[in-house]
Amino acid sequence: MNLRLLALAALIACTAGPAPVVRAGATQSLPPDSVYHVEASLAAASGQALEWRALRGKPRVVAMFYASCRAVCPMIVESARAVQRSLSEAERGRVGFVLISMDPRRDNPAALAKLQTERHLDPASWLLLQPGERDVRALAAVLGVRYRELADGEFNHTTTLVLLDAEGRVLARTENVGAAGDKAFSDAVRAAATGRQAP
Amino acid sequence: MRSRWAACALATAAAFTATASDWASVPGGPFKSALRYEDAPAGTEVADFKLMQAPVTNGEYLEFVRAHPEWRRGRAPIALAEARYLSHWEHDLAPGPKAAREQPVTWVSWFAANAYCESQRARLPTWQEWEYVAAADETRRDARADPAWRERILGWYARPSTEALPAVGQGPPNAFGVKDVHGLVWEWVDDASALLVSGDDREQGSADRRQFCGAGALAMDDRDNYAILMRVAMLSSLGAADATGNLGFRCARSLP
Repeated sequence: MNLRLLALAALIACTAGPAPVVRAGATQSLPPDSVYHVEASLAAASGQALEWRALRGKPRVVAMFYASCRAVCPMIVESARAVQRSLSEAERGRVGFVLISMDPRRDNPAALAKLQTERHLDPASWLLLQPGERDVRALAAVLGVRYRELADGEFNHTTTLVLLDAEGRVLARTENVGAAGDKAFSDAVRAAATGRQAP
Repeated sequence: MRSRWAACALATAAAFTATASDWASVPGGPFKSALRYEDAPAGTEVADFKLMQAPVTNGEYLEFVRAHPEWRRGRAPIALAEARYLSHWEHDLAPGPKAAREQPVTWVSWFAANAYCESQRARLPTWQEWEYVAAADETRRDARADPAWRERILGWYARPSTEALPAVGQGPPNAFGVKDVHGLVWEWVDDASALLVSGDDREQGSADRRQFCGAGALAMDDRDNYAILMRVAMLSSLGAADATGNLGFRCARSLP
């Protein structure tokens, strides 16, 4: 900031009283280790806008991906789906599945809706989300996902499924998205769905 | 009321005399990273940007936590700043003798650094912007090929980290008008989590590769550039809520 502007801003702030507290309050009742402390705005495949912390309220399996990915990302979706299949009908209703794009420039709601239809991801339990461009890094950071956009528009990224409890605390995570899946992770999801402690 | 006006007058005066939040205009240009980017082997183009001339100080960070109580020590959620966040400050609103006003702030997480820069209507520099500026010495924008320059930087890394940190802005500016890029603290970058570097270079292309979608992890193209290598290794080993005693930050701005 230009120094004169800064001085001016300081003067204005002083005359107008203390500056309003930015964004405070809304997340105060969250547990300190909740990922929902990150401020991020997203758009769902339906076109509806939502805040990241609005996902609070039920356990969720969260992964980051991008729609144009041909290699590992379809496996991320498949392994999340395999986790869902391992749940009983009743358990399924209690766990949400969330796919967040790391490529918000291309993965707009229309692109996400197309993918959702193509891959038969039931909108009742699957949320496909386009984060704001400035919010992707923070969401990835809080979920422990590392990624880099390549010159050709592809992404180099770690593959992770994260299980969050209703308050946004990380209960389990797996990097094992192969065909075999990760039994410990599925067990943790089932435990979260039934409200039991993971074995 | 009178004391508030006095405090405001002081703050205003401080704004006029502050040096650390001065900005350097960095002209962009073609750049070849010391990292091997398989997707851009010939290098990339860095766009013009602005960068704080010096790292953010304890004094500046104190103003930030005063205005944003949610970032005070003890209030910042552990998901965004680990338990050691600002642990060297005597009190959450009084850094005390171990964190002098003019020293660079350390023990800050990526989230905290990011929030600070947002409050300045700025952002953290990208790794590439940081590396671009860090390639310069006092007279050349790219001094990396000069062994004497490398030796000088390594001299700093060899210094014991138990000594108290000097104040920011003591050394001469580099060819971009930026100070303390080497020799003071390590710095967060916006895309620290893009540095997908295997901890052990020998693993390249083998076990670790499976973890990544798309091309494999980054490798070092210039193995003699230890200064850069150490920065990358350090940043790639940290989570975004982590903090250390020699890691600070400065902010950048894109040009319109």
